Amino acid sequence: MLTKRVIPCLDVRGGRVTKGVKFKNNIDLGDPVEMAVRYSEGGADELVFYDITASAEGRPIDIAMVEAVARAVRIPFAVGGGVSSLADMERVILAGAEKVSVNSLAVRNPQIIVEGAREFGAQCVVLGMDPVKSERKPSGYEITTRGCRDFTGMDAVEWARRAAELGAGEIVVNSVDADGTRNGFELAITRLVADAVGVPVVASGGAGVPVHLVDAFKASHADAAIVAGMVHTGDYSIADIKRTLQEAGLPVRMSW
Amino acid sequence: MTVLVDYGAGNMTSVRNAFAALGEDTMVTRDPAVVAAADRVVFPGVGAAGSAMANLRAAGLVESVQTAALSGKPFLGICLGMQILFSHSEEDGGVECLDVFGGRVRRFPSYGGFKIPEMGWNTVEGLHDGSAPEFYFVHSYYAEIVPETAGVTEYANVRFTAMARRGRLWACQFHPEKSGRIGLELLKEWLAC
Repeated sequence: MLTKRVIPCLDVRGGRVTKGVKFKNNIDLGDPVEMAVRYSEGGADELVFYDITASAEGRPIDIAMVEAVARAVRIPFAVGGGVSSLADMERVILAGAEKVSVNSLAVRNPQIIVEGAREFGAQCVVLGMDPVKSERKPSGYEITTRGCRDFTGMDAVEWARRAAELGAGEIVVNSVDADGTRNGFELAITRLVADAVGVPVVASGGAGVPVHLVDAFKASHADAAIVAGMVHTGDYSIADIKRTLQEAGLPVRMSW
Repeated sequence: MTVLVDYGAGNMTSVRNAFAALGEDTMVTRDPAVVAAADRVVFPGVGAAGSAMANLRAAGLVESVQTAALSGKPFLGICLGMQILFSHSEEDGGVECLDVFGGRVRRFPSYGGFKIPEMGWNTVEGLHDGSAPEFYFVHSYYAEIVPETAGVTEYANVRFTAMARRGRLWACQFHPEKSGRIGLELLKEWLAC
């Protein structure tokens, strides 16, 4: 049976993993490669790296870091943030990442999804989206970009549908409202997107205790869930989370 | 020396990294003569069957890959590399493939609410006595069960070939290079076969 994936997210700034709340107040957590190995050996099903400051500072992606992670771990990982062209996507994939996450870039230029899927396969192209609650939009959520600095006027569910049609192989729903709060995922928008598209959907933002992931899988129909603060601080291990999922009757990978 | 066939279907980095972790040197080639002379051949690939077959033809690799797969020397097809070892794929409107295994490759059904591609860790039955460990899969098409099927997985209410074996010819739908310790063990076994 296909298992539900638990994916630690590593926000990398200047070669170090950091963690902030609502995209602010970043603190240093450690070395990305060491943390990747630790999570991989601890039962993570996948990893995601975001170069959170790359787009704001216009800095290119740290390819050497991607290569180092690819040499060190034997599980899939995605890289996002600072991807600004098809050439960037290619560099990340050739460095050994399975997936590239596009967010602001895809909003500016949706054609990048088509080109990326054609060039590397849909499974390599992940759409990351940062929806916030908005009464102006039919789904109740509007897409923001650049770490919630810009409002796009786009409806979140509409955008998810369109991105899947264009060729995105997976969609990460990162709730800006829930991000860093550790109060649980934004279940409503995650479910709206998961039920609207035929590709896997990843819940992101707000995980604080293992049962939050049970909610993401059961109530929101997510295929995978991203965790950050709750595991980075050592409050919970990946194994703790998976035991809770297993007790809730969800299929999870328990041997690694 | 293990030779990886490069026919423009995805990158080789992950596969090379995994073999490097096992201390095995690899070489990437698109030269049919190098494939023919290789001790061991890995035939990886992601992407679509139609363009993969077109690329193989354009590179003049069809015969050398077929011959290598049938030669009895260690040969390992991975993901799309496994699918195009079958006789036919439904992808891209229907593609004649290498016909090393007799079966066909079909698309997962769009009904039933299953997400396509299948993406993630799924159990494989038949490879390990009494246990069904998870391997990492990413695919929208599946190979039907054939006499050589050694590992079976189920998704979207379909049971399909997760792994096929005929002597030292191995082929897997999952990505052993991305399946953690269990994937590395499988590659190690293949290196020893």
